[in-house]
Amino acid sequence: MINKRRSTAVLLGLLAATALIGPPPAAADDETTEPPAEPPKVELVLDVSGSMRARDIDGRSRISVAQQAFNEVVDALPDETQLGIRVLGATYRGKDKKKGCQDTQQIVPVGPVDRAGAKAAVATLRPTGFTPVGLALRSAAQDLGTGATARRIVLITDGEDTCAPPDPCEVARELAAQGTRLVVDTLGLAPDEKVRRQLLCIAGATGGTYTAAQSVDELSGRIKQLVDRARDTYTATPTVVGGAAECPNAPLLAPGVYTDREAFSEHRWYRVPVREGQELRASVSVGLDRPVNPDYGVLLRATDPDGRELVRGVDAGSGRTDVISAGLRWSAAEDAATPTPEPGGTRPARTVCLVVSNAFAPRPGTEATPGMPVELTVDVVAASPAPDGPDLGRGWTLLLLLTLAGLLTGLVAGLLTRWWVATWREN
Amino acid sequence: MRTLLRSAAALVAAGLTLAPAAASADPTPTPSPGAATVTKAGTSFLTATAITAGQPVRVGASTGDHLYWAFPAEAGQIHQLTATVTFPKGRSGASTWTVDVFDGLRRRQACTAGAQTPTVDAAATSVTLGCTLRRVRPWAEPWSADPLPGTYYVRLSVVDLPEPDLGLPIDVDLLVGADGEGGASGDDGELAAPLVPNSRAGTVLTTEPTAEPVAEEETSLTVWLPEPGSRWVWTTVGGVLAAVAGVVGFALTRRPRRP
Repeated sequence: MINKRRSTAVLLGLLAATALIGPPPAAADDETTEPPAEPPKVELVLDVSGSMRARDIDGRSRISVAQQAFNEVVDALPDETQLGIRVLGATYRGKDKKKGCQDTQQIVPVGPVDRAGAKAAVATLRPTGFTPVGLALRSAAQDLGTGATARRIVLITDGEDTCAPPDPCEVARELAAQGTRLVVDTLGLAPDEKVRRQLLCIAGATGGTYTAAQSVDELSGRIKQLVDRARDTYTATPTVVGGAAECPNAPLLAPGVYTDREAFSEHRWYRVPVREGQELRASVSVGLDRPVNPDYGVLLRATDPDGRELVRGVDAGSGRTDVISAGLRWSAAEDAATPTPEPGGTRPARTVCLVVSNAFAPRPGTEATPGMPVELTVDVVAASPAPDGPDLGRGWTLLLLLTLAGLLTGLVAGLLTRWWVATWREN
Repeated sequence: MRTLLRSAAALVAAGLTLAPAAASADPTPTPSPGAATVTKAGTSFLTATAITAGQPVRVGASTGDHLYWAFPAEAGQIHQLTATVTFPKGRSGASTWTVDVFDGLRRRQACTAGAQTPTVDAAATSVTLGCTLRRVRPWAEPWSADPLPGTYYVRLSVVDLPEPDLGLPIDVDLLVGADGEGGASGDDGELAAPLVPNSRAGTVLTTEPTAEPVAEEETSLTVWLPEPGSRWVWTTVGGVLAAVAGVVGFALTRRPRRP
């Protein structure tokens, strides 16, 4: 009896262990990318044109609200972030539009911030002149320079550009298309419809955001959030690549993130080497940086160099969005006619072509060039072969069934034995 | 004899009570105790803010922002997410909000339940969104779109609204909950590498890649041992149980011994 009890306990323990121990969790990708040498860079661009005198934010003038917000932002600035401040319409008092529209200066250069100096420079600003937003944006991009990381411009304005050309939205598109990753976040102070349209266009063209600020708290809170975001996200910059019109001369891509531009109805080809036993993973996002008709789609296909389609990823959508994405996985079928292994035990690389196409329809008046931003992610990992599951079972129901079957068999065997013994004894 | 019978009955009862407990799913996620609140959100796939299941998110944003978060998922889990958008200021018209979920390859994921795209009128002060995802599978064919372990992206945005409402402040609360501790699901197979996107900047190759030598595969004893929780283990345990039950059944038919 004691023995039996012990064996029951062992069995129960075994059962519990089986239930508790599952397969090990998927390995987490914890490789840390080395920190880039560059610090995050942000430039605040402040409109100091005549209209900033208006007293319509909590009974205070727009410029005083902006000044207070700037002071709070400078105080809360993270130490590693480099901040510059540029103003527009701050000095020229005359009526000459030509001169007034050149009026933009950098009052705090982009670099480690001297807090007292920056506050003093902001405190002396008085609302004065015209609103050359386009020129100020272009100059701000120059202030920030070029480099491997993303830069952020925060544009704070209350009135629409009075100096076009250059049209600020055109400038934003031109800056975005230059390949240096630049994000323009816009803040409208008590904005009207025209200002809102213009700022939305600038933000949309560069992948930035638009905020309507109607109080000091809103303004300073949002600028702080944007400056923090600049620090958190500035290292995520893809490599610029130019896709080809056909596969044979397409650029050959190693795993990583790339960015490109694709016009309406254009096809862009890329090539990726994939070895035997490897799996290709690719995803693409096409950004809607300009007004298009409400229904759209994106198609990512992987093909053989001879044009045979291997797999496709597709997505379509409707309505307001920022990007539309599709992705695919592909690995060579295991039982495919594999080429005879090369002498010396090598595995040759096979080239897979990737083609990105889109189904966007421009609205009347929408600019076709430069193309829409494309973000392409390529990865090559070990293939996951199909499981060849044994004809076995799993789960509590199976255990119960097997146990009941065993019990029944034992009972029948026992009864049969008794009957047989009884019959044999009688005869 | 009686002890044996009793323990067998207890075993059966335990099996019966365990099975439904594992299957039941709690529809609303709750924050895990001690989890720090995340107060950030990304604005693109590359800059998505990393969160984990059970970690509450509370962030201020502007109407019209596209907010991104990323969370890790394991095989066997079912994720539910709920989001609440609060409007501190009045709006001029009805708006439609949406929460989209994408896997590590930026493929759109289906919601099996939840208000994924609710519309609220101008008077509403908040809107609640929800999405329950499919159970994550441990393996799927490359050509399929089944949910697999790896990174998942959540995108919250407004898809339809009167243009003057763009840029107004909003407050967003988000919580992702996970059901099922992962592991033992009905599927076999394993993904060699989870769908975690490679987010490093790429390099354009200038030369055609050459054949590389095949690496010698290391074989060890552990390769031949079945994994814990695999069909081999379950079936073997079942066989042992059946044998014990058979002996018990046989013993039951014996005439009781007279003292």
